Amino acid sequence: MAVSVAPQSIPGPGHRSRIFVDMLRVLGLFAGLALLILAGLMSLRFGSLELSTRDAWNAIFHYNPDVYEQTIVRQMRVPRTVIALVVGGSLAVAGTIMQGVTRNPLAGPSILGVSSGASFGVAIAVYSLGLTNNNQYVWFAFAGAMLASIVVFIIGSAGGGGATPVKLALAGVVISALLGSWTSALLLLSQETMDNMRFWVVGSVAGRSLDVLKGVLPFIIPCLIVSMFLGHQLNVLSMGDENARALGMNTSRVRLISSLIVVLLTGAAVSVAGPIGFVGLATPHIARAIVGADYRWVLPYSFLTGSLLLTTADILGRVVTRPSELQVGIVMAFVGAPFLIYLARKRTMAN
Amino acid sequence: MSENVIRYHRPGHRTIRNRWFAYRFNIRVLGIALLSAAILAALMIWAVTLGTINLSMREVIDATLGHGTARTELVVNTLRWPRIISAVLIGFCLAVSGLIFQGIARNPLVSPDIIGIDAGASMAAVFWIVVRHDTSQLPMAAFCGAVITAAAIYLLSWRDGVVPNRLILVGIGMAAIVSAATSYLLVKFPIEQVRPAIVWQMGSIYGSTWSDLVAPLVAIVILVPLAIIFMEPLRSMQMGDVVSRSLGIPIERVRLILIVIGCGLAAVSVAVAGPVGFVALMVPHMARMIAGPHSGSVMIFTGLLGGILVLLSDVAAQFAFPISLPVGVVTSAVGAPYFLYLLYRSNQRN
Repeated sequence: MAVSVAPQSIPGPGHRSRIFVDMLRVLGLFAGLALLILAGLMSLRFGSLELSTRDAWNAIFHYNPDVYEQTIVRQMRVPRTVIALVVGGSLAVAGTIMQGVTRNPLAGPSILGVSSGASFGVAIAVYSLGLTNNNQYVWFAFAGAMLASIVVFIIGSAGGGGATPVKLALAGVVISALLGSWTSALLLLSQETMDNMRFWVVGSVAGRSLDVLKGVLPFIIPCLIVSMFLGHQLNVLSMGDENARALGMNTSRVRLISSLIVVLLTGAAVSVAGPIGFVGLATPHIARAIVGADYRWVLPYSFLTGSLLLTTADILGRVVTRPSELQVGIVMAFVGAPFLIYLARKRTMAN
Repeated sequence: MSENVIRYHRPGHRTIRNRWFAYRFNIRVLGIALLSAAILAALMIWAVTLGTINLSMREVIDATLGHGTARTELVVNTLRWPRIISAVLIGFCLAVSGLIFQGIARNPLVSPDIIGIDAGASMAAVFWIVVRHDTSQLPMAAFCGAVITAAAIYLLSWRDGVVPNRLILVGIGMAAIVSAATSYLLVKFPIEQVRPAIVWQMGSIYGSTWSDLVAPLVAIVILVPLAIIFMEPLRSMQMGDVVSRSLGIPIERVRLILIVIGCGLAAVSVAVAGPVGFVALMVPHMARMIAGPHSGSVMIFTGLLGGILVLLSDVAAQFAFPISLPVGVVTSAVGAPYFLYLLYRSNQRN
């Protein structure tokens, strides 16, 4: 015991194959990145308006504002593509962290009250200020999300014992239910609010300007960067609180930082695109099925998977019912859910 | 044979044992359950006196027994009792169903709506309202939606048995698909047609009649005693599959029976009232915080607590606000403060 050697320096059985597996995982990351770029380009090319690949190409590299098709690409498709990529990835990473922190495969990013807080914020904005434009909702949604999760944290950690995952999750579910009922009451009071909210609640990346995304990027980018370094902590935490503490980890601090990241990522993503619940819940399972249980790999993979899934769903939503469009929140469920069911059947996913 | 079994005696427990059955209960828990039954009965009678026409306790009792005036009998027996009883029955069904699912899955965040039952019922009901414009067969449609979805989920998650985690994941997937279809209907049709569907999804027992009560009553009378029998194995199953298998519990069969019971109770209540949130998820926690871990008596207490919560919520929904709200909008508002208090108290105890 006195001689401690870093495990990777021990040449032994399985050593070679571990390096091989890690190389495969790195290759997988690059393949995912390539797929992502491909999906992004497809998203510029396909849509309710037929245009040629040349138009899409020119719109990016030789932009001519007089050509109608190129304006469509620049004004409509570029923003929604970028938003889908960022929102999908953020929700997926938030979901992965949440499931890691709570050790509960049912925990989605919405469990801390974020989505219902955002919905309530938007409902208030629509009801009392009469706003009708998606671009105006952002800060109301963000404020609602932040306030709701702060309340959840205060309640979840009130009394002694600090914020344990189950108490935090229960507090989140209760606050979500409460905010949901207030939102319903507002919908009952005014039919106009109901009419506007039913579209926002489905979740969509269409009709948002890039400025909306730029507003929340200062929250998203630092959180994404920090979260990529959380893999090791989540691995330790997944062995249980007592083991993690015995290994010298400050579990409450890790949990606080992780939860803060989840709240900021989800709040930002939801305020741009509406509550697209399924990405954060399902993507971690998909990423784990691809790459295994090691969070250092699951986190980047879930970012790629989430981005890819949401962008693909958005393209499908534009193509399937042309010339009208299906909201990405709806397509997302139709595309992602059968995949989740398939994975659940294929593997033993008991943690 | 039972003479050879070592009988250990838990403090505070009594056992009734005769030729047909044996039932062990905790005196404290049974006391709590009886107390809550008394509270529930008192609340029900109190709730009958409330309304646009205020009645005295005496008039209510007379009318109920058939000695009242024609007017009070109409108000009490035709309008108020069905609604109040349906609130209690729905609360009972939902709470017990939540307890069962949380026990099977060994996961405190599970409730029948996660398994996709609410989503299936909502899909069918919204379709019925938006496309068929017909509300007479609505409960039947909702019930069919719930049962078909539950059956599909069970079949899809079957693979040499049903592991709870797989059941939940498949349930989440199914619920996502079905509710996406619901959202599609909700954004596709004009708001005038969609509005009643959205309101239905909030959960309401407005306008219940005696015939609405038959299904939940039958479900409770048949399913709850059955569930109580399976509470002992369920309690042992909390220690994990390996342990319970080594104790000789036929896990697969117990699970299947409990899933059917839980789905049945949830489907019946959703059919009558629409998805009433919060009760199935939260009442089992409340009951456990007050009365302790799973047992037959705790299950009865859970059901009674669910009944009390939904009844109080319905009273609040009718009278506490400027407009009369659907009960599902109020359940969380009524239940949340008490739940948060319990959460706070249990935090302090640890």
